[in-house]
Amino acid sequence: MNIHEYQGKSILANYGVAVQRGYVASTGDEAAVLAKKLKEETGTGWFVIKAQIHAGGRGKGTVTETGSRGVVLAKGLEEVAEKAEGILGGHLVTLQTKAGGKLVNKVFVAEDVYGPGASEPKEFYMSILLDRGIGRNVIVYSPDGGMNIEEVAEKTPERIYKETIDPLTGVTGFQCRKIAFALGLSGAASKEMQVFVKQLYAAYIGCDASLFEINPVLKTSNDRIIAVDAKVTLDGNGLLRHPDYIEMRDTSEEDPLEVEATAAGLNYVKLDGNVGCMVNGAGLAMATMDIIKLSGGEPANFLDVGGTADAKRVETAFRMILRDGAVKAILVNIFGGIVRCDRVAQGIVDAYKNIGDIRVPIIVRLQGTNAAEAKELIDRSGLAVHSVITLQEAADKVKMVLA
Amino acid sequence: MGVLVGKNSKVIVQGFTGSEGTFHASQMIEYGTNVVGGVTPGKGGTEHLGKPVFNTVAEAVQKTGADVSIIFVPPAFAADAIMEAAEAGIKVIVTITEGIPVADMILAKEYTRDRNCTLIGPNCPGVITAGEAKIGIMPGFVFRQGTVGIVSKSGTLTYEAADQVAKAGLGVTTAIGIGGDPIIGTTTLEAVKLLMNDPDTKGIVMIGEIGGELEPKAARWIKENGTKPVVGFIAGETAPKGRTMGHAGAIVSGENESAAAKKAIMRECGIYVVDSPAEIGSAMARLLN
Repeated sequence: MNIHEYQGKSILANYGVAVQRGYVASTGDEAAVLAKKLKEETGTGWFVIKAQIHAGGRGKGTVTETGSRGVVLAKGLEEVAEKAEGILGGHLVTLQTKAGGKLVNKVFVAEDVYGPGASEPKEFYMSILLDRGIGRNVIVYSPDGGMNIEEVAEKTPERIYKETIDPLTGVTGFQCRKIAFALGLSGAASKEMQVFVKQLYAAYIGCDASLFEINPVLKTSNDRIIAVDAKVTLDGNGLLRHPDYIEMRDTSEEDPLEVEATAAGLNYVKLDGNVGCMVNGAGLAMATMDIIKLSGGEPANFLDVGGTADAKRVETAFRMILRDGAVKAILVNIFGGIVRCDRVAQGIVDAYKNIGDIRVPIIVRLQGTNAAEAKELIDRSGLAVHSVITLQEAADKVKMVLA
Repeated sequence: MGVLVGKNSKVIVQGFTGSEGTFHASQMIEYGTNVVGGVTPGKGGTEHLGKPVFNTVAEAVQKTGADVSIIFVPPAFAADAIMEAAEAGIKVIVTITEGIPVADMILAKEYTRDRNCTLIGPNCPGVITAGEAKIGIMPGFVFRQGTVGIVSKSGTLTYEAADQVAKAGLGVTTAIGIGGDPIIGTTTLEAVKLLMNDPDTKGIVMIGEIGGELEPKAARWIKENGTKPVVGFIAGETAPKGRTMGHAGAIVSGENESAAAKKAIMRECGIYVVDSPAEIGSAMARLLN
């Protein structure tokens, strides 16, 4: 589950990680009030106003309506409201968003942490994630912070370092020192970095994250180490331990169809093709999308109805697929194991009758337990449904209806 | 014969008395699997489905000599159940549970590493040696006895493959559902090695999907050490990058994790890769005849 920067920072702060402080606001006026409060608490004179969307590259992104950047600097309290209004309610387009951009509902009003001091500020990159190949978490870091890490990886891969964490010990003291040295730090800044790494890893484990990306981690001009940005992804399976995080989910960031599907117990991903599909099991669902493509169509969606494809779920699934105007045909592919095919067939017949006016051809492939009975049931129903048994027949039928 | 499990396996069910455990344990018994008991903490000393229930895996092993366990414990407690089985000396631990937190699985995998056991799953359909033992939730009748071993990340796609293999006049030795989570016990490579060393298995079907690099690793091993024909399929050629497709592990994060990239490596390594999932059975039949 993806969460916003301000939510990620609040989690980090709860685990003792030093972060750039700030408040989240929904209007320009609110931003100004909170900026004043922030000034009293931190002494900051300038403010950074950051669009809160689930996409990176905000600083270089543009708000379509106003031309404002997604991250702007207000050099004084009097500028805060106007600058915030230049972002709020607009659509921010970045390298990571679709062409239409993402609607910005909230901004994070943050302290300016780049002020002058005894030394030069310096930006680093740090992330924590799972290395699937070895089944362990790794800390990935680089002295080249503040820029696109994919670019660093391509141009100067030798400047990206990795530290693998033993799950039984967690990150060790010597690993924290190694990281601080590799980043070229000494003295107070090195000590601060070691604490930062230790706390960051504790936060990662503590909140059941599946990704932390802190870019940049900043060494301030007075040798403090703080997280200036925070991309936090939480492990959906871990939420059972953190019921309080569930409300951090921002459904306005997700496709409304997918939000509805999740609520109905369906696993749905909207795609841009012309053939809808409904399948039991994720692997078979992907394989069905592939076979649609091989038959000359393009999959309009991924949809796993799960192990209990009952009549109600089948009906909900049909309705979702049919709402997509681009859909020219639907392929239902069920391999009945424990689920009996004739029951699924009955569900399809009922759903079809309930929905009524279905104008696109439907191809139903039911295989496995009671497949023959299921085919007979559908054939006898008198519905305009093409019933097939093997996957190859299904593929051929798709080709036929698209022709 | 087959691998991992067979007619001599003594099987216990962890999470025996829950609804999932009850349903699938009775199906397993009906198939002929030698289920010798189950574990539900707090219900030790009772009987369920005509088999003894124990409070701990250690006690179950001591009293029944069990060497295989299947886990239906809810996600919050499943990793602990895996570790309990490993500590008690269970040799094959099949974890069906879906939705185990990744952090728990990292620890459970680490815990089982040096304990002389094989972990299958989690989030998998289980393992079946046709005609001998079904340690899983798959429909037994689809797996006709034969000479083809199957390794797969996906449940229903495994049934699909087994069905096609049967219709092509072949049949299955052992089918191993390794699961679709980011952290799993037995990998594609380890499962392929087992089947490659099984004298009854004449050919192997290897089914993968987008995400991770398990299939290319297995393919490179097969290139050097393979002695039997292998048919491969990777689901998700049409899946968009960066989206999770049902299985938590099914997401293309890097270039090497796409279906096209995996298939290319598998082909280079001499695996017969089919683009259409409808051709798995016929391809295997062609290679074996």
